[in-house]
Amino acid sequence: MSARSGCLVLAAAAGAVLQFTHAAEIAPAERRSGYEYMGRDTRLMQDDDATNPGMLWVLDGETLWKRKAGAAERSCQDCHGEAPASMRGVAARYPAFDAARGALVNLEQRINACRSERQKAEPFKYESRELLALTVYVGLQSRGLPIAPTIDEKTRPFLDAGDKFFHLRQGQINLSCAQCHDDNAGHRLAGTPIPQGHPTGYPLYRLEWQSVGSLQRRLRNCLFGMRAQSYEFGAPQLVELELYLMWRARDMKIETPAVRP
Amino acid sequence: MSRVVITMPKQARPGEIIEIKTLAAHAMETGFRRTERGELLPRDIIRRFVCSYNGVEVFRAELHPAIAANPLIAFNTVATESGTLSFQWIGDNGFAVTETAPIRVE
Repeated sequence: MSARSGCLVLAAAAGAVLQFTHAAEIAPAERRSGYEYMGRDTRLMQDDDATNPGMLWVLDGETLWKRKAGAAERSCQDCHGEAPASMRGVAARYPAFDAARGALVNLEQRINACRSERQKAEPFKYESRELLALTVYVGLQSRGLPIAPTIDEKTRPFLDAGDKFFHLRQGQINLSCAQCHDDNAGHRLAGTPIPQGHPTGYPLYRLEWQSVGSLQRRLRNCLFGMRAQSYEFGAPQLVELELYLMWRARDMKIETPAVRP
Repeated sequence: MSRVVITMPKQARPGEIIEIKTLAAHAMETGFRRTERGELLPRDIIRRFVCSYNGVEVFRAELHPAIAANPLIAFNTVATESGTLSFQWIGDNGFAVTETAPIRVE
């Protein structure tokens, strides 16, 4: 074998391990929830409400839903009624366009907007137990329903921005979200499988966190790992990315509250 | 907000083995971690879990710092008579939660 052909074989082998070219999006039939990459024990933990620790947050959320709050002395239930009926399918549609603000809002921001405008109460802090509990409780009402964000002329610019962000190479190691979650999903990073990155079960209980956390907490983790600039919770860049990820996972089933390792 | 979830059958036949699953919301801070400033975070864990069946202790567990947050404790017992099962979690900083669940045996 000549030295030249040896080089070509090596290059081909390297290409098979890490594909740095921009591969196509994952075909709808090939999409997999992070659930399918988990071990049997963790899957069983998620499937049974008696063992899913996310249910502790659901119970807190149910209490908060019914509790009167703020200067308006009003509870979520006073306006929206019983959550299982009124909140069915809501989490599957977020992030959504808020006409009053002229901006894209995620579910947490929607809950906090209700809190400050309708209940006249202090908004909850991002990642506070209360905000996570209410978001999980609202999310649970969409469990099993297909993800279906509204894409129209109002949300299209935000979707495009999120798409761009997903494919943008950034940070000290010059990596994009797509390079892991489109091009190398199913391969391993160190010992851990790289999932396709579909936000089907948020807010979810992560064993690593020993707690429930939001999608933005996960996104900030990823940006930290990429050694890229992180954004504050609620930053427009993260909400746009949320919309793109939900659109990318459209028609997949909501699993909230999911369990992940 | 202290929260527990108990899952067990409401009804059983005499002599039947029933499975009981419990989840308790608790941070289970080990006492070995430090803050960003190097200060030790004090230990805050559940120390003991006891289940009594009509006043008779049927299951007990001692918990230690290596146990994960929101501990799941699952165990079996034999359904002997109708009555009440009581569950008690006791821990550091005065943590004490008691919960009861009825069972009908016939």
